[in-house]
Amino acid sequence: MSAPGNFEIPERGPGIWQPKIQGIVCNWCSYAGADLAGGGRIQYPPDIRIVRVMCTGRIDSLFVLKAFADGADGVLVSGCHFGDCHYLEGNYKAAKRMFMVKRLMKSIGLDDRRFRMTFVSASEGAKWGAVVTDVVNTVRELGPSPITEIRKELENK
Amino acid sequence: MMAEKKSTKKAPSKKEDTKKAAPMKLEVKKQAAPAAKPKAAPAAAAGSTTKPGEARIGVFICHCGTNIAGSMDIEAVQEASKKIPNVAFVDNYKYMCSMPGQTVIHKAVKDQKLTGVVVAACTPRLHEPTFRTATKDAGLNPFRFEMANIRDQNSWVHMHDRVGSTDKAIDAIKIAVAKAALLEDLHPKSVPVEPTAMVVGAGVGGMQAALDLAAAGIKTYLIEKDMSIGGRMSQLDKTFPTLDCSQCILTPKMVDVGRSPNIELMTWSEVHEVEGYIGNFDVTIRKKARGVMTPAEAEAKGISGGGCNGCGDCENVCPVIKPNEFEVGMKPRKAIYVNHPQVVPLIYTIDFDSCVKCGLCVTACGPEKRAIDLEMKDEFVKVKVGTVILATGYDIFPIENKTEWGYKQYENVITSLEFERLICASGPTGGHLVRPSDGKTPMRVGFVLCAGSRDNTGNGKPYCSRFCCMYSLKHAHQIIEKIPGCVPYLFYMDIRSFGKMYEEFYYRIQDEGAKFIRGRVANILEDPKTKNLTIYTDDTLLNRPIAMDVDLVVLAAAIQPAADTNRTRKLFGVSCSMDGWLLEAHPKLNPCGTTTAGVFLAGVCQGPKDIPDTVASAEGAASAASIPIHMGEVELEPYFAMCIEEKCAGCGMCVNLCPYSALALIEKDGRTVMQVTEAKCKGCGTCGGFCPGGAIKMNHFTTPQIVAQIDAFLLGGEQ
Repeated sequence: MSAPGNFEIPERGPGIWQPKIQGIVCNWCSYAGADLAGGGRIQYPPDIRIVRVMCTGRIDSLFVLKAFADGADGVLVSGCHFGDCHYLEGNYKAAKRMFMVKRLMKSIGLDDRRFRMTFVSASEGAKWGAVVTDVVNTVRELGPSPITEIRKELENK
Repeated sequence: MMAEKKSTKKAPSKKEDTKKAAPMKLEVKKQAAPAAKPKAAPAAAAGSTTKPGEARIGVFICHCGTNIAGSMDIEAVQEASKKIPNVAFVDNYKYMCSMPGQTVIHKAVKDQKLTGVVVAACTPRLHEPTFRTATKDAGLNPFRFEMANIRDQNSWVHMHDRVGSTDKAIDAIKIAVAKAALLEDLHPKSVPVEPTAMVVGAGVGGMQAALDLAAAGIKTYLIEKDMSIGGRMSQLDKTFPTLDCSQCILTPKMVDVGRSPNIELMTWSEVHEVEGYIGNFDVTIRKKARGVMTPAEAEAKGISGGGCNGCGDCENVCPVIKPNEFEVGMKPRKAIYVNHPQVVPLIYTIDFDSCVKCGLCVTACGPEKRAIDLEMKDEFVKVKVGTVILATGYDIFPIENKTEWGYKQYENVITSLEFERLICASGPTGGHLVRPSDGKTPMRVGFVLCAGSRDNTGNGKPYCSRFCCMYSLKHAHQIIEKIPGCVPYLFYMDIRSFGKMYEEFYYRIQDEGAKFIRGRVANILEDPKTKNLTIYTDDTLLNRPIAMDVDLVVLAAAIQPAADTNRTRKLFGVSCSMDGWLLEAHPKLNPCGTTTAGVFLAGVCQGPKDIPDTVASAEGAASAASIPIHMGEVELEPYFAMCIEEKCAGCGMCVNLCPYSALALIEKDGRTVMQVTEAKCKGCGTCGGFCPGGAIKMNHFTTPQIVAQIDAFLLGGEQ
């Protein structure tokens, strides 16, 4: 057992690229877990923006794809642990869909590591910090989304 | 390398496919995207659905003292907010939730003719109700409010990154404004509340909760999985610090529960299935086959004057002998048995796992009572209740997992619960504390505190079990009192005597001659001949190693949630914390509530508590659970699914997805379309997330709203 701690925040500043990460999280587990991280003053990188839904079951695959089409460098979907869904089984159904999204991403040449689904409960503040840090680091390594790059190229033509 | 390039090159065409695919579903959003012209005519009168382009959103930024303002540039956030499309007014205040703060919102809504309110402050899980009320008071529909979380998920987690948190706050406000511009008036539905309650678990907490509910005139079902009510407290001998006899103060309550006309007691029963929502839970209870009928059950079967009267004739003839779980296995019982003489209800129970169905008990019971039915089957009873209290209690941590202390290896190492039974006059030894190995009276007894509690090794519990210090002090007192010359040695980390009169009790035990050694016990070894034990530890006050010979070791074992807690909590949709205790709605301000409306927590199932705290929390839970019942009706959040019939193709995929069977296909105007039963819909949106035709509208979380939120962050836009 390690004490909930702070996570290493990558260097930031002018000229350093910051990823844009869209988070879509459920109200009952992950949003509450993210709030708990706040209560515990757990420090993690500020590159994620959250949209709250009642259940991950609400998340249409197209929401994720829309985020990528809009130029998100990464997307994080987070809900309750299996068996803990406030609405019994919404997270199972979401997870199924998200596998499909990952396959679709691979087939269109978008690295599927840009997209992740995690399970963070309302009591896992420290885990939320770890998840966000890891997502940010992964996306950082992958660099800017090719969609943004291509859009820039097209605009320059 | 080539492959990589190729795949990147492929992306644009595929991406366009996605883009093409998306608008099919998302065309609604197009009309309402941030491109809207906010400088159009003043808002339509509040109360109607705002047309895109007419939204006038007020943004109110809270400093929360320095909680928010200390980590970001409020001025910059305010200036950036003014440029967000549809924003008509921006203000900031030190404490937005205060009365003056709410007045700012009130005044702005009136003066600026706002159609929506965005408060950038803490979390909606804390202050959404406050600001919804403020929005309502200002004359708008309360669901025209949206919150931007810039404290719990921003300033508190990026405390030292002023630039990062400022940017994040601006984006959070953009996202909230995008949603607020598309919010619609919603009207919560009121549903009647069934005027009955249910308490799961009949330990001292569950009993107290049931008694309080019953006293308030509410019919209460009290469900207990064991054969008798009373729980852990009925296994204890004395209670600290008053040294009241545990059974003496508990049995009157047990009798009250048995007698109360408002309490329907169901022992040897478990919750099997739960459906419904606050005010209208349909609970199926499994009445486990007991093999013995109560007088009422016998009467119902036409055996007048029959049924179990607790005479015990059956027990005398039963040939099967098993260890009695109530006595922690230190006393035998038969296959037909009662835990102890004071059980409520006094009805014998057959342990069908060990019964050989010889039928001797049936003969002994006789032709008049005919109480025993060896072929009895589990029964399922359905009840409807308005609110539920969970009081599922705790189990002892399996302390044999800590092999260094030798429990279950050495006969003379026992747990505190075994000590309670041994020192109890109604226990297996009639109240004489003896060594299990040879039956001799121990003269030196070692108590190992924090046995498995406050243990970060991974093999144990990280939390403090909260009452072990105090009962170990009590045990020390009891042996000093009962066995002249016997010396208790307490090996402790800290003595946590935090309650009323607890510290005074600690001093008293010190004065009585108990020895306190501050140090965590490293290991315990047994002398194989004498079965005496040697405790090895470090005395951290004298700073030297200690090897102490004792006759008996008592482990103050940690506690953990009762075995069935996980199953029960999932039935009611209650979360748990990392260590398995049930999760309260708010640790400080709503310790009895849960995130499932209408379900409350009492006692140790929420976290370790001693008896007074358990009783207090039970009374709190009872009070909370009685409120909806006394109000008679509750408002449900209006986040229902709605079918957009002109888009619905009637495929029925959603019908199978709904976990609550709230959706059905119907024939309407010659077409098959889906219909939602609002009372059953809980608003998860699983149907809406899947519908291939975009024909399901999730109120307050509509597809256009969510897409606008995503667009607002990633595409931005300024007015």
